[in-house]
Amino acid sequence: MKNIVLIIFISVFAFSATAKVVTVGSKAQFNSIDKAIEQASRYDTILVQPGLYKNQKIIIDKPLSLIGEKMPVLDGGNKYQIITVNSDSVLIKGFKLQNSSFAILEDPAAIKIINGNKIIIESNYLLNNFFGIYLQKCKNTLVKNNRIIAKGQKEQESGNGIHCWKSDSLQIIGNKVERNRDGIYFEFVTNSVIWRNISEYNLRYGLHFMFSNNDAYFTNIFRNNGAGVSVMFTKKVVMMNNTFSDNWGDAAYGLLLKEISDCHLEGNTMYNNTAAVFMDGSNRMEVKRNIFKNNGWGLKMQANCMDNYISSNNFLGNTFDISTNGSLTLNSFSENYWDKYEGYDLNKDKIGDVPYHPLSIFAVIVEGNPPAMLLYRSFMITLLDKSEKILPSITPDNFVDNKPLMNAIPL
Amino acid sequence: MIEIKNISKSFGKLSVLKNIDLHLELGQCIALIGPNGCGKTTLIKSILGMVLPDQGDIIVKQQSIFNNIEYRKHIGYMPQIGRYPQNMTIGQIINMVKNIRNSDAALDNDLYDYFEIQKMLHKYMGTLSGGTTQKVSAVLAFLFNPDVLILDEPTAGLDPLASELLKEKIIREKEKGKLIIITSHLLSELDDMVSQIIFMQDGNILFHKGVSQLNAETNTTKASKAILHFLKQSRNG
Amino acid sequence: MGRIFKYVMLDIFKNKIVIFYTILLAMLSWSAFSLEDNESKGLLTLLNIILLTVPLVSILFTTIYIYNSSEFVELLVSLPIKRKVIWNSLFIGLGLSLSLSFILGAGIPLLIYAEFNNALLFIAAGILTTLIFVALAFLSSILSKDKAKGIGVSIILWLYFALLFDGLILFLLYQLSEYPIEKMMVVITSLSPIDLARILILLNLDVSAMLGYTGAIFKDFFGTTQGLIISFGLLLLWIVIPYLISLRKFKKKDL
Repeated sequence: MKNIVLIIFISVFAFSATAKVVTVGSKAQFNSIDKAIEQASRYDTILVQPGLYKNQKIIIDKPLSLIGEKMPVLDGGNKYQIITVNSDSVLIKGFKLQNSSFAILEDPAAIKIINGNKIIIESNYLLNNFFGIYLQKCKNTLVKNNRIIAKGQKEQESGNGIHCWKSDSLQIIGNKVERNRDGIYFEFVTNSVIWRNISEYNLRYGLHFMFSNNDAYFTNIFRNNGAGVSVMFTKKVVMMNNTFSDNWGDAAYGLLLKEISDCHLEGNTMYNNTAAVFMDGSNRMEVKRNIFKNNGWGLKMQANCMDNYISSNNFLGNTFDISTNGSLTLNSFSENYWDKYEGYDLNKDKIGDVPYHPLSIFAVIVEGNPPAMLLYRSFMITLLDKSEKILPSITPDNFVDNKPLMNAIPL
Repeated sequence: MIEIKNISKSFGKLSVLKNIDLHLELGQCIALIGPNGCGKTTLIKSILGMVLPDQGDIIVKQQSIFNNIEYRKHIGYMPQIGRYPQNMTIGQIINMVKNIRNSDAALDNDLYDYFEIQKMLHKYMGTLSGGTTQKVSAVLAFLFNPDVLILDEPTAGLDPLASELLKEKIIREKEKGKLIIITSHLLSELDDMVSQIIFMQDGNILFHKGVSQLNAETNTTKASKAILHFLKQSRNG
Repeated sequence: MGRIFKYVMLDIFKNKIVIFYTILLAMLSWSAFSLEDNESKGLLTLLNIILLTVPLVSILFTTIYIYNSSEFVELLVSLPIKRKVIWNSLFIGLGLSLSLSFILGAGIPLLIYAEFNNALLFIAAGILTTLIFVALAFLSSILSKDKAKGIGVSIILWLYFALLFDGLILFLLYQLSEYPIEKMMVVITSLSPIDLARILILLNLDVSAMLGYTGAIFKDFFGTTQGLIISFGLLLLWIVIPYLISLRKFKKKDL
């Protein structure tokens, strides 16, 4: 099966000209990749045989397919950016790329593509590089099924796994990214899709997403990252079916939404996060059919969030379902399931007859006075919460779900 | 045997013992009497070390009792109301006191046998009647053959037979040369036992005299009558 | 010398309240672990129970027991035994038997359900809380000869540490919210044994992340071995100081 795919790829690239296949290896046509590239014509395929290729500083400046047989190892020897692409129509596939150089100003990567169009980076294994795959001003580029593992040391000494800047129409699919600074980084990237990736144990964000409009990410798993996922200064982003979990720590989030509008958050599962979703200056969001389970805070919604519509979500076992820092609430809650709801349903329409106030007084106190969290689980707080539930006096009246569901939605 | 030297005690403003001096000898059975609140109990408790006098000294066997626990080996005490931990058995209580006293002297099992304690060793203190509890208290006071016995209302609550047995025991101990101090409201029962009477009032000792001397002074034949004479006097006076 | 405490323990172990207390703790602990779906939540539920029931039962039971033993203590005092030994024996007897109740009731389910380190920490905190409130009961019952008054003082002490003290902390937090008070909070919370035990346990559970910056300061302090030693030392002081005061008073008390 793999071979068939390979052949199709080769033939697609080969069909435009009189493309040929050259091999690189200790006993092959060429013994260095550099020489092979130099000798190759446009749209040629370079097949690299298994082995360890040390001190690699490959520059691809013409359309080429660079394909590794049985994962040959390209080693940057901690001195070089391993592959630099300055051309359109390049395929890089089947390599193990390790030990790129390290420099803070130049951002060296295992694979860096500048101004590329129709690039495919597929099935590579990137180990201990500074940046992993670095896309700068690229279009129509596919990054697929790569595995990227960095050293996971200090934040300022690590680069990002898949770094995308000023690009358009990217597809980031099926990669597994771990122990980088940010797993996947999007800045000024439009019309792109992030699908079925796993991003974990990254030092900062699993996905860092800024100034990137009209994108979608779905069915990804973001877990055990330093601060979770952050989506900032962005419009029209669709976030669906992702899992945000185990982003547990001081100032960690499942998902941080800052200054975004007209986004859609649906069908995601968020569990074991300190705060599952933190919304700051986020407007006109639709938050639907998500599961918030066993988080410290389910939804932290700052008072500067407006016109958000939160419905049909399950809130299960969170310490605080909702928290806010103000009393003005211009968001609506409807038909969510809250496991802390203690109301009844006399007319059996599966909607509780008593409105639910998801904001507990302790959540309000802690929001205004974070050290008060010290009193968590103290007898006094329990009493305070119970009495507030019976006679609400401090928590805002309009923070209310008028149609709380009696049973969890099967999601 | 017991030398009480100028002790005073007050609880707050209330002065309970006022410069008491007493000399108590072995071989005597002394009744300590007086109206309620006269200081009897405080005096007894002072000798037992339960109440610490404000001033003065108490000497037992040539030793001051303050900062000293050894002297209590020579004292057996029977409280007015004995209350013991509810879930201890009689046997455990006796064993515990044996452990604490840790004495090599031969035990005096007279009362133990008279009251048939052996049969009740496994009974819990919480289930006992007041009389039975008093029996246990009496047994504990006499068991270790102490030189001094301090008995606070010893026969209260005992059935007539037990009461009689205890009285006989007290007399026998006196004759053995022990010092016995009794407080009792039942004047008639003191008659056969006491050889001296201490009469207290308002924290003072009104007198400390032998029974025969008292009888002579009051023209009575029984100790109880003599006491009654003084009680009436003290009320009128 | 120290043989009395053995008899005191024998007495307490047959006490119906203590038996009930042990069973109650066992039921609460088993249900806490079987109702909550994970260990951490079970521990949190148990934490609430332990910090409420253990102090209450320890202080009330001990106070009442001491008052009920007053005649027995008089009898003991008349025997050739030092007052210090009597008081120590009572304390050891009460402290040990209530601690054993705790271990039997809550300790066993903890050891079965919770991670070993957490279980140990919990049991240690439970025993320390027990001993602290036994010591406080010794203090409150020596302060007054009147049983009703002594029980009243005990209830107020419990209420103060279980409820009022936290209210004071909250009040302080609001009054001083403009200032960096996190470090001060470390000192203030150590003034309440219940809070100290609660925070010590919270810091070792997942929820510690929710304590934010203040939590981080606490963790910096209590998270280290040194901090742990200091905090357990503080809890020990809560036992030793009230007890020693009560012992001093008992030595000079007129019974």
